[in-house]
Amino acid sequence: MRSREIKDKIAIGITGLSVVLILATIVVLMVVIIIGGKDTLSWEFLTSFPEDGMTKGGIFPAIYGTALLVLIMSVAAVPFGTITAIYLSEYASETSIIAKAIHFAVRTLAMVPSIIFGLFGLGFFIKFIGGGIDEYLLGGKVMWGQPNILWASLTMSLLTLPVVIVSVEEAMRTIPREDREASLALGATKWQTIYKIVLPGSLQGILTGAILAVGRGAGEVAPILFTGAAYYLATLPTSLHDQFMSLGYHVYVMSTQSANVDQTLPIQYATTLVLLLLTFSLNFIAVILRSRIRRRQVR
Amino acid sequence: MKEIKIRTNNLSIFYGEKMAINNVSVNLPGFKATAFIGPSGCGKSTFLRSLNRMNDLIPSFHQTGEVLVDDLSIYEKHIDVVNLRKKIGMVFQKSNPFAKSIFDNVAYGPRINGLKDKTALEAIVVSSLQKAAIWDEVKDRLQDSALGLSGGQQQRLCIARTLAVEPEIILMDEPASALDPISTAKIEELIHQLKDQYTIIIVTHNMQQAARVSDYTAFFYLGELIEIGKTTDIFTKPEKKQTEDYITGRFG
Repeated sequence: MRSREIKDKIAIGITGLSVVLILATIVVLMVVIIIGGKDTLSWEFLTSFPEDGMTKGGIFPAIYGTALLVLIMSVAAVPFGTITAIYLSEYASETSIIAKAIHFAVRTLAMVPSIIFGLFGLGFFIKFIGGGIDEYLLGGKVMWGQPNILWASLTMSLLTLPVVIVSVEEAMRTIPREDREASLALGATKWQTIYKIVLPGSLQGILTGAILAVGRGAGEVAPILFTGAAYYLATLPTSLHDQFMSLGYHVYVMSTQSANVDQTLPIQYATTLVLLLLTFSLNFIAVILRSRIRRRQVR
Repeated sequence: MKEIKIRTNNLSIFYGEKMAINNVSVNLPGFKATAFIGPSGCGKSTFLRSLNRMNDLIPSFHQTGEVLVDDLSIYEKHIDVVNLRKKIGMVFQKSNPFAKSIFDNVAYGPRINGLKDKTALEAIVVSSLQKAAIWDEVKDRLQDSALGLSGGQQQRLCIARTLAVEPEIILMDEPASALDPISTAKIEELIHQLKDQYTIIIVTHNMQQAARVSDYTAFFYLGELIEIGKTTDIFTKPEKKQTEDYITGRFG
């Protein structure tokens, strides 16, 4: 009797301890970053360009570049992911070979280290497609065969595709079979049913997928390392073949390769703080949306 | 001479290896209400759903024999199933309104058929809601969500939605089984009114309901059609012993 109680208490103790450790880690992390960065954070900081080799000034171009990156990435990933999810949820039978192959590909894609996406982007988008465009369509002029925001966004969209597909497919599956049956029984075609009943009902799922993708894409550095990110640009990117600055890359270079690492320290903290706040709030919104979708299943 | 609207010849229905309907040949008359009765699992819903090819949605489904609607065999390869389902409407056991407004629910059918004209759509919605005996209850809140209606109202809305497509035949799969007695009575009253203009086939596990609403009754048992005839005959002087046993409650 007593030894069972002891084991019970040990179990509670260990699980409680892990919760405390995780929370403590997050709290310490946040506190360190907030203390290090709060003095530098200001409206001016967010809206001005860096000066003096990143020791003064602001991070506006990095914010702008990150925003542009995730925008273009979403334009590529969300429609493509939604269409794939439509196929998986509405057309493919769950046991068909194609459905299994796609699910396998999605799972594998989600496990690939992000640096591999960077290398793939370099080899496929920049050298193969970009280089091909330059050689065959532009007569050798070097324009697309180099890192830029288009290739970086497309590379990032491959990274975030799995999360979009999974979110949208999940939302589509919560739409009850009866709704589709009612539509078909009224003489609608399958596509009309998808377009008028399933898709409108899945909008929250599509939004969740998009937000999760943006949250991920805003923070990842490895995929954009050789595909388009730059440390310092005097001007903002104005076309798809321009390079861009990004928050994550900015912190990375500042902390490892800048001339005066110590002097840039406050800016590093502040940039990290901005990035963290951005990712936290995006994920928070996605979690709320997702729980609203799950609650709908119990209609 | 009654017009035969639907006819089946030696229809057998299988889910994979399992036979759900065994060699049923039956004539279903037009502009009448025919009830399918029988114990749970006897195949009456399966048979009903094969009349508008809703069973096509189930991967393991296949059939042998023929189903003829207005003398046209509907399981031929060239048949446009979408058109078939406009001609044959279906009301399900559990009401399934779309998560849209009351108006958009009823207008769904005409809209997917290409009707865009606002005046025409409004006219159809109003007349369908009237025919389904629910107009007075919803006329002031057509833009409200259909999901806010009570169970009985939702079912009448589903009937209105089906009527808006102007079918000739309406299949009803236990339409009142999930409803309270008052709503059930309203639905039964509705069936009486609709009989004049539509051919109605209703599956019901409630024998008294069959006796109340239908002109003809077909008794199914274990996937076979045991007997079909005028409702009054079936319930007062059935020809087969099995029918009599079921009706008198010796098994259910």
